[in-house]
Amino acid sequence: MSVIGSLLILLGALFCLLGALGLWRMPDVYNRIQTGTKAVTLGVLATLLGVALLRPDWWPKLAAIGVLLLLTNPVGSSVIARALFRAGVRPWQTHDKGEH
Amino acid sequence: MKPRSQGKHLSKKKHGRLPQSGEGESELEGDSEHPAPDSLQSSRDQLPATATGLTLLLIAAALWLLLTGTLDTQELVVGALVTVVVGALAYARSGIFGGVRWSFVLPGALLVYLWVFSVALVRSNIDVARRVLSPDLPIRPGVVKVRTGLTSPLGRLLLANSITLTPGTLTVDVEDDLLTIHWIDCPPDIDMEAATAAIAGEFEGHLRRFVR
Repeated sequence: MSVIGSLLILLGALFCLLGALGLWRMPDVYNRIQTGTKAVTLGVLATLLGVALLRPDWWPKLAAIGVLLLLTNPVGSSVIARALFRAGVRPWQTHDKGEH
Repeated sequence: MKPRSQGKHLSKKKHGRLPQSGEGESELEGDSEHPAPDSLQSSRDQLPATATGLTLLLIAAALWLLLTGTLDTQELVVGALVTVVVGALAYARSGIFGGVRWSFVLPGALLVYLWVFSVALVRSNIDVARRVLSPDLPIRPGVVKVRTGLTSPLGRLLLANSITLTPGTLTVDVEDDLLTIHWIDCPPDIDMEAATAAIAGEFEGHLRRFVR
């Protein structure tokens, strides 16, 4: 049990690392939001699950954290993206004809 | 002192009642006769106040149980009080629950949706990981519009959230029934119907069973 829990926490950390790597590699802000949101959401969920396996008596609080995270994380990303879009930031596109 | 009296004044104007009366109101309506099932269907645009109140109480109670993590009598009594107060305070802003489609399939549909959603979340992460780790960064981002058949704010919120957390798509804007989506792997010439089917189709089918 504790081995699986530790592995899940490690997996979660790995996904967060991938999210960070995505922030660094992606060409524009929208793609960065994409990698950031998704990877970090699953990363934190995996971490929570791992902690729940290590400390079974904590699972109700961890479940509450997970649900709130699932509800608020995408909203936050969408709101940031929407603000940028309405402010006129256009997404980077591969088929742009060299507008920069 | 000042903002409080202002709030009272405002709500007096709106409802002709003090804010404190909201508590008694929701309780009263929660206890009085339940609306007949057919009245639920006939007035589809208007959610019965009972259902809204009960939803709020259920959510508040569930959150309390999760956070305290005990069934101790003292905790339950305090929890009941807190639940009612929180429900009463939130009642004025609970219009979003008007989107819930009350029926017996709701719990099952919710579970199916959560399962589909979880699978999509894991898939989207593997997808993102693959793109981030590939040396040539295989992305061809684009922005598409998607039309949704969901009419309620709650339905659109859930759809937008689902789209954001699934492979390669990010909801940028929601205006009426049009969602603006940033797509990390956008096919070059795609029309709205195809984009809708590819991005929103699956979730919308599941969501439609329990929200409008």
